[in-house]
Amino acid sequence: MSYGMDTSNSRPLDVSIIGIGQTQVAEHWSVSLRHLALKAIQAALADAGVKKVGALYVGNMTAGTLSHQQHLGAMLADFAGLRGVEAVTIEAAEASGGAAVRQAVLAVQSGVVDLAMAVGVEKVTDMVGSSATMAQTNSMDADYESVHGITAAALGALLMRRYMHEHGVGLADFAGFSVNAHANAEGNPFAMYRRAISVDTYLQAPLVADPVNLFDSAPAGDGAAAVIVCRTERARDMVPHPVRVAASALATDAPAVHDRRDPLYLAAANLAAGRAYMAAGIGPDQLNLLELHDSFTVMVALQLEAAGFAPRGGGWILAGNGDIARQGRIPISTHGGLKARGDAGGATGVYQLVEVVQQLRGTAGRCQVPDPHWGMALNLGGAGGTAVAHVLERLV
Amino acid sequence: MELTRHWRLHNQRYSLVGEQCDRCGARLFPPRDVCPECAEPAQELFTFSGRGQVYSYSTVYSAPEGYQEYAPYSVALVQLEEGPMVTAQLTDLGDDKPEIGMPVEMVTRRLRADGDQGVIVYGYKFRKHVKDII
Ligand SMILES: [Zn+2]
Repeated sequence: MSYGMDTSNSRPLDVSIIGIGQTQVAEHWSVSLRHLALKAIQAALADAGVKKVGALYVGNMTAGTLSHQQHLGAMLADFAGLRGVEAVTIEAAEASGGAAVRQAVLAVQSGVVDLAMAVGVEKVTDMVGSSATMAQTNSMDADYESVHGITAAALGALLMRRYMHEHGVGLADFAGFSVNAHANAEGNPFAMYRRAISVDTYLQAPLVADPVNLFDSAPAGDGAAAVIVCRTERARDMVPHPVRVAASALATDAPAVHDRRDPLYLAAANLAAGRAYMAAGIGPDQLNLLELHDSFTVMVALQLEAAGFAPRGGGWILAGNGDIARQGRIPISTHGGLKARGDAGGATGVYQLVEVVQQLRGTAGRCQVPDPHWGMALNLGGAGGTAVAHVLERLV
Repeated sequence: MELTRHWRLHNQRYSLVGEQCDRCGARLFPPRDVCPECAEPAQELFTFSGRGQVYSYSTVYSAPEGYQEYAPYSVALVQLEEGPMVTAQLTDLGDDKPEIGMPVEMVTRRLRADGDQGVIVYGYKFRKHVKDII
């Protein structure tokens, strides 16, 4: 398959991640958007052992609505002591973070910049209640989806109910995705909810939008995460455990679910993952872990199908057969995922890459997957209108 | 207030006016001017019958700003009989529970009230379709 990619002019990526930083995902009532971002930026600079970068790419989704603040490139560069540097926001709804990392990778690959940083930041608690609910619908079609009063949870519910109908599965069949994420988050000090849940807890959770319950959907929280990239050759001299970016791919689909030929098929996720496998020269069987966009349990099933881990209609089976556990065939949500680490909106894609780097460095602590070599992050905007895939490889 | 944004869409909101592709004949709603099937211009107007069936449904309990007074309400993906799918609310359900495959027809209802400024937005919702009496 071509995955819609023009390969006539493509060269292998020669970029590695040398620094990572993150804050806990939480309701940070006393911390502003700029302070949150600063913590992640400083942590990443310290981790890489550098003072400056040549470019800063900011991933954010809702600051314009919830904090009345746009122009985050200049603001965060200035606030972090990087005044003068190239800095700009990259926006692709909840895929903003992954898209910002891709821009940092491309900037370094192009040779224009030696060191580039991507910081994802989301501040959701500046407004509460119905205003915050409204901001989460910003990724949808305002004229033909949001105007009908639909919410992110209701959209997840429409997909989940149809999935259950077409494939003859019940609520209990999704429990394993939520239970796995919560069990993994116990070992992640940056997670929003660090406690395991039982299948019974999942089954008895209150409804959010039927059939989606509280433990099917990811909790929104404030958070910031950052990565620094440079050329691989230089990375080997700078840090003990550089992690190579073997592939970076972004694809799109109709943003409105009703405009897709088959709402239960994540075409953008399939394209992005497929292009990433081609560029990395591997297939899904070689991946040792996958951080995917588990905003709703049904979205986990759909992404496992789109990324080649299950046939159409078979993604739900991985919830219950042990495949996604830390010791399983394809561990997912190894630090809790959006479900338990917390859903930090447009920062999500950067969190995922920070977590994959921790795994490949072997510094994931109690979240550690045994001896991984390849890891992938799959970050979605909206209900899959944008998909960003990054494949990372351990170098030493 | 967003008067012009809603006024501009009155043919779609009140009458389900979409488009048809000159080349492949695909019927399109919402109108989009470029056919997603063949990427050719699609600007011939086509008015949909308003009949279709429920593809999936859910209930909104925690509503966004401007919709709280209506909560809880039913939302659905409706597959129109001419092909396209639309996102909309289900209305006039009474004691009926929505079902996948339930036949529905379009009606015009109030979608939201824009707070104290009083701009009320009307548009399509769908109700259960009772078979035509011949
Ligand atoms: Zn056409």
